[in-house]
Amino acid sequence: MGPSPDVAQTLLEGTARDQVFQRELVALIPHLRAFARTLTGDATQADDLAQDAMIKAWDARASFQLGTNMKAWTFMILRNQFYSDKRRSWRSTQLDQEAAERTLVAVDDPGAPLALDELRLAMSMLPSEQREALILVGAGGFAYEEAADICGCAVGTVKSRVSRARKALQGILETGAYDRDGRGAGDAMRSILADAERLSAVR
Amino acid sequence: MDERRKGTAPLDEARLRQRAIGVKLRQMFDDVVNEPVPDEFLEILRKADGKNGEG
Repeated sequence: MGPSPDVAQTLLEGTARDQVFQRELVALIPHLRAFARTLTGDATQADDLAQDAMIKAWDARASFQLGTNMKAWTFMILRNQFYSDKRRSWRSTQLDQEAAERTLVAVDDPGAPLALDELRLAMSMLPSEQREALILVGAGGFAYEEAADICGCAVGTVKSRVSRARKALQGILETGAYDRDGRGAGDAMRSILADAERLSAVR
Repeated sequence: MDERRKGTAPLDEARLRQRAIGVKLRQMFDDVVNEPVPDEFLEILRKADGKNGEG
């Protein structure tokens, strides 16, 4: 079960412990926001979700062992919150529709950087379990084992989801199989390749 | 580091594309990570902290 916790931290109690916990939690807020953004695809919903997860984590702080992986723990809380919210609003598809329209409007902003919008849109077309697996491993910096813990599934399942997500994403980007008019197939992949090359040249 | 496309074997091309997608994916995520955190977050946390009291 992961690396053994820092002994000094496990001895902390009361206010001192809360302070250490809170400092670590605050440092994780940007990451929680980013993960929530990829799950919901909507900035406002994402911040609501990230705030809920942050408070849940704070309320449950006594059950967290200091010195263990708080990032994975909070991501798991956020993910559970996301799916329970989704279940609750199962019938209010109206909301989903509105969020989708907002996303599309944002994507149609001509000033926005092209490749990222195409990627965002393509990501939103993936099944959520593939999307979350790819984000955790491909962008969140988690090992397959940690991602499996967060998603509550087997390591092999995460691996296959990540691999399917990568293939699907490439397929969508290459064929331009997303909802956007006036753009030829393959343009998205071209701009992503060009952008990635430019980025790695800068480094 | 500098492994340029030479033979353009299909496998290399596929790998190149996957790597490009990976780079953009991280960029997409890091863009949000690097955004300033809205004050609301800290306010909510402060309120929750106060609720539990210190004594």
